[in-house]
Amino acid sequence: MGEVLVLVDHVDGAVRKPTLELLTLARRIGEPVAVFLGAGVDTAAPVLAEYGAVKVLAADAAEFADYLVVPKVDALQAAAQAVEPVAVLVPSSAEGKEIAARLALRLGSGIITDATDVEPGEGGPVATQAVFAASFTTKSRITTGVPVITVKPNSAAPEAAPAAGTVEQLAVSFGELATGTKVLTRTPRESTGRPELTEAAIVVSGGRGVNGAENFHVIEALADSLGAAVGASRAAVDAGWYPHTNQVGQTGKSVSPQLYIANGISGAIQHRAGMQTSKTIVAVNKDAEAPIFDLVDYGVVGDLFQVVPQLTEEITARKG
Amino acid sequence: MSLRIVVCVKYVPDATGDRHFAEDLTTDRDAVDGLLSELDEYAVEQALQIADAADDAEITVLTVGPEDAKDALRKALSMGAHKAIHVEDDALHGTDVFGTSLVLAKAVEHAGFDLVVCGMASTDGTMGVLPAILAERLGVPQVTQLSEVSVADGKVTGRRDGDAASEQLEASLPAVISVTDQSGEARYPSFKGIMAAKKKPVESLDLSDLDIDEATVGLSGSWSTVDEATQRPARTAGTIVKDEGEGGKQLAAFLAEQKFI
Ligand SMILES: Cc1cc2nc3c(=O)[nH]c(=O)nc-3n(C[C@H](O)[C@H](O)[C@H](O)COP(=O)(O)OP(=O)(O)OC[C@H]3O[C@@H](n4cnc5c(N)ncnc54)[C@H](O)[C@@H]3O)c2cc1C
Ligand SMILES: Nc1ncnc2c1ncn2[C@@H]1O[C@H](COP(=O)(O)O)[C@@H](O)[C@H]1O
Repeated sequence: MGEVLVLVDHVDGAVRKPTLELLTLARRIGEPVAVFLGAGVDTAAPVLAEYGAVKVLAADAAEFADYLVVPKVDALQAAAQAVEPVAVLVPSSAEGKEIAARLALRLGSGIITDATDVEPGEGGPVATQAVFAASFTTKSRITTGVPVITVKPNSAAPEAAPAAGTVEQLAVSFGELATGTKVLTRTPRESTGRPELTEAAIVVSGGRGVNGAENFHVIEALADSLGAAVGASRAAVDAGWYPHTNQVGQTGKSVSPQLYIANGISGAIQHRAGMQTSKTIVAVNKDAEAPIFDLVDYGVVGDLFQVVPQLTEEITARKG
Repeated sequence: MSLRIVVCVKYVPDATGDRHFAEDLTTDRDAVDGLLSELDEYAVEQALQIADAADDAEITVLTVGPEDAKDALRKALSMGAHKAIHVEDDALHGTDVFGTSLVLAKAVEHAGFDLVVCGMASTDGTMGVLPAILAERLGVPQVTQLSEVSVADGKVTGRRDGDAASEQLEASLPAVISVTDQSGEARYPSFKGIMAAKKKPVESLDLSDLDIDEATVGLSGSWSTVDEATQRPARTAGTIVKDEGEGGKQLAAFLAEQKFI
């Protein structure tokens, strides 16, 4: 079996969950080789090994943090030259997609973005995607070059499969373009203590019906009773009631949790685009005609300020 | 010297329409009305603001697309762009992002540029990678996914709000940028703008004008292929209850039955 490069997404060596999903998917099509860029490989390597990385190619340089995207493309290209992989898997973040796309062009390879599943196939890996606001499911293949695929969070359940995970240094020489875009400052997001929106098993969202930033605590309380992440519609975000990082939909995050609870959200196509693939969908909305009800497994027609606190209370009581 | 801005805009099927695939598994452009991608309106808007702040600037809007794509160019011209380039060729049907970026790169070079402005993603393809590929092809910096942008003294600076952090970026011109829907509402064309747009020049180019080999574009020049497209089955009708004072409890019972609590 050939080797599959997996670009590791991490914060100072703490490997993020989507990377473990990628390692799990990579094992279906070959032997995972993790590419770790930046500081913290000592922390990351044991985790990567546990999830099946036979090798960890590591490179650390100031360029990765000081300049946008291109240094990582240079590094991934060096890794591709070193191992001649059968595929390259990259987490489907905004940055991940840009890295993957530039790499694919350099390798003369096709690209598939935002895959929700990757399986082996006769003509190479087959990627599943949700398109047209998730109203269609497609299966696609790369026909030229080394398949480069970006994979969305929550696409597979990470499975441990211990492997050697030997760390090897990756030599990277940066090209002229690497230092083109300088990162002047970086302000990390403050942690809310809640799960990551894209990784959460349960997402509780609020829309225009929440009617003010001061009311979002109703949504947060429900989320906390379930250990869920908090999402918001664009209407709620544009009104300044909740941060843009929490927006669900076409121009926000796309989520695919086990359970999605939409409160005071009408269910516009652009919102559906980001949540339609959730396993179970629940909505609370006072308008019985709201399109969100076309999607739900369970819906309550009612005032969210009555229904949601009662639900929260009931959950808390049941948990005892 | 005048600041030359090229804005890449895409003509897409209306997202609120019933979008489908054609028999060859490309986007069915006949089934649904087309329009200027809403996310590219933000690109036009930021280009107009950058031009306003500069002493002297000229905005060219550029699209690669079918005949009707002229509508997208007209809209951008009526918002205030100065001229347009339309690349149209039958051989372009089914072109993937690498083919499209090749054509755009050649057309941008043909126009001459200091700054290329793109949207964050197209509303049909939603890849959000074309600006990065375009920068790679043109050999200039990419300053992408900006929610705030400004240009001064031969430099572009902007804020990129990522998943883990918010970054302040800077690059020298020439550069390729993309802007998000957080960058500021796009203006509506005024009546005067709409009238003026009718007289603005639209240059039509085909592949031979840009010296592009047909084999590198189109469905057959694509580096990936869609083998299968199936409509997601309509979700089975769920239970809908009207809150008569017990709605929250009923919902809790459902969640318990589904083992969420
Ligand atoms: C290019 C583009 C990209 C977009 N991207 C996104 C995106 O990423 N994400 C997104 O969400 N939207 C996006 N939108 C916007 C989208 O079209 C909708 O405008 C938006 O989703 C509406 O948000 P909403 O459902 O909260 O508000 P509304 O549509 O106003 O719905 C509010 C709902 O709350 C209900 N309600 C009011 N009060 C109560 C109450 N007390 N109790 C219960 N229910 C109540 C109402 O009945 C109504 O159904 C995009 C639009 C465009 C053009
Ligand atoms: N056919 C096209 N013509 C002009 N610009 C395009 C075209 N396709 C994509 N773009 C530009 O590239 C951006 C990102 O597109 P995409 O990577 O396809 O999501 C869009 O917002 C446009 O600015």
